[in-house]
Amino acid sequence: MLTPIHLDLLHLIEENSRRTPDILAAIVGREVNEVKAMIQDMENAKIILRYSATINWEKVETNRVTAFIDVKVTPQRGVGFDSIAERIYRFPEVRSVSLMSGAYDLSIAVEGSSIQEVARFVSDKLSTIEHIISTTTHFKLKTYKQEGVIFEDQEEDHRLVISP
Amino acid sequence: MSISVNSIASRLSPIVNDLPPSGIRRFFELANSLEGVISLGVGEPDFRTPWHVREACVYSLEKGYTGYSANAGHPELCAAISNYLERRFDVSYHPGSEILVTVGASEAIDLALRTLLLPGEEVLIPEPAYVSYRPCTLLAGGKPVGVPTSADDEFRMRAADLEAAITPLSKAVILCYPSNPTGSTLSRADLEQLAEVIIRHDLFVIADEIYAELTYQGEHVSIASLPGMKERTILVSGMSKAFAMTGWRIGYACTNAEILHGMYKIHQYSIMCAPITGQMAAIEALTRGETEKDRMVHSYDQRRRFIVNAFRDLGLDCHEPKGAFYAFPSIKSTGLSSEQFAELALIHAKVAMVPGSVFGDSGEGFLRASYATSIDSLQEAIERLDGFLSRLRRGDIDL
Ligand SMILES: Cc1ncc(COP(=O)(O)O)c(C=O)c1O
Repeated sequence: MLTPIHLDLLHLIEENSRRTPDILAAIVGREVNEVKAMIQDMENAKIILRYSATINWEKVETNRVTAFIDVKVTPQRGVGFDSIAERIYRFPEVRSVSLMSGAYDLSIAVEGSSIQEVARFVSDKLSTIEHIISTTTHFKLKTYKQEGVIFEDQEEDHRLVISP
Repeated sequence: MSISVNSIASRLSPIVNDLPPSGIRRFFELANSLEGVISLGVGEPDFRTPWHVREACVYSLEKGYTGYSANAGHPELCAAISNYLERRFDVSYHPGSEILVTVGASEAIDLALRTLLLPGEEVLIPEPAYVSYRPCTLLAGGKPVGVPTSADDEFRMRAADLEAAITPLSKAVILCYPSNPTGSTLSRADLEQLAEVIIRHDLFVIADEIYAELTYQGEHVSIASLPGMKERTILVSGMSKAFAMTGWRIGYACTNAEILHGMYKIHQYSIMCAPITGQMAAIEALTRGETEKDRMVHSYDQRRRFIVNAFRDLGLDCHEPKGAFYAFPSIKSTGLSSEQFAELALIHAKVAMVPGSVFGDSGEGFLRASYATSIDSLQEAIERLDGFLSRLRRGDIDL
């Protein structure tokens, strides 16, 4: 059972995964050992999958190209969305896959080192998978905000250093 | 013809001439002159006003809300305040006659004092207290009377201490709980005991409840909600703290229609009305700002636990602040005065805090540390203070 403390820990870790158990314990007002155990439990339960950083790759000189692809599929007897999704997410170039409601079924993000490479992936690998009826590819031009983080935040702290 | 500066000063109002300069000013100059200071000296939220509020304000400008409003405040805002107070704090005020929108809680405090006081009447102020109460009392022709509170009582004013300070000239008590600077709060039982004394001595109350939403243990109880208190209480609050809207300058006063009418007259002649842009933003915040407010309150609570723990780990006594966004640790164990400690911490650790003595004599030996700052900055500040305290204790710092 997850308590409000577990949820607090998840938010705090998601916001900054470098926070140590000592600091997390002080923030949520629990013993360090208890907090360590809670985190361990959530790792075991695969609630916490990994600890990572949010990076603005657009500031790094790379040829990284990202495309979001809307995929329509016809699920057939014995072959649900899950197994089609699996055939897609096993490709290392696929960064994310979600099942969607609405005009298409799967939303996937693909990364490559050039537009050609991504295009080749779509035409050779993706659209040839059985049960996929169409794909619509959108190339990402610029990221403004990701995972709740604004990339070029212009807002600063304008407060006076000391106020009553 | 030239006039010498001295002669000008001597011709100014003696009340103004005699007002002591703000104790915060000196630290402000010093902190401002140093690079890389982490400030725990800030009395306002680190959050920017939630975006939906800013967005609503931009929309109001587009719709042409750029003029005066009704003197008492835009009727929609008065209604929103009335609903909000009823919903949150179980107090009911009629929007047409018992609510006045002011330029921050600051104006409301000033109006309350100017309306209540006859020359020489006394205002009881539990100390350590917010820095404006004394000067505003003096400017209104009254006499401020500090009622010291102590860390042993978690800086709660005791009914007996209040009663002991009452004289035939006593007119009003200013209650600021949750408290700036101590973070202390009063329980219903505490308030009931105070109310009994207040009613028996027929005093008025100026209840500065601007930090009411920032209550982390138990529910905030407004003294105005206790039997027999509404008619003698001027409830003062505003948007600054809970909704992160300090710069918008919107506060309000709620009280019975007769007192309010007096305050309204001063407001009408001296201010006209609170800024309409801020009023429009306040309507949005009060009617749709609950989620964002709760998010901020939750975050303050986390920082509060962190900083109180951290001060105690540094070997400083720190009572548990149950409200506002200030911790009030004791530095008595260092043998330094609050001013000395604050100055040395600023110079050697580059951490700015406000000496407790600024808030009244009973604040001597304490510091006000605001935790309206990100956890990461708080952590850095504590590490710096740790190093500073070790050096201080080893005698490595020239006093
Ligand atoms: C206790 C207290 N009352 C009133 C105020 C003034 O608030 P406002 O911004 O609404 O004028 C402050 C601001 O620091 C405060 O701490």
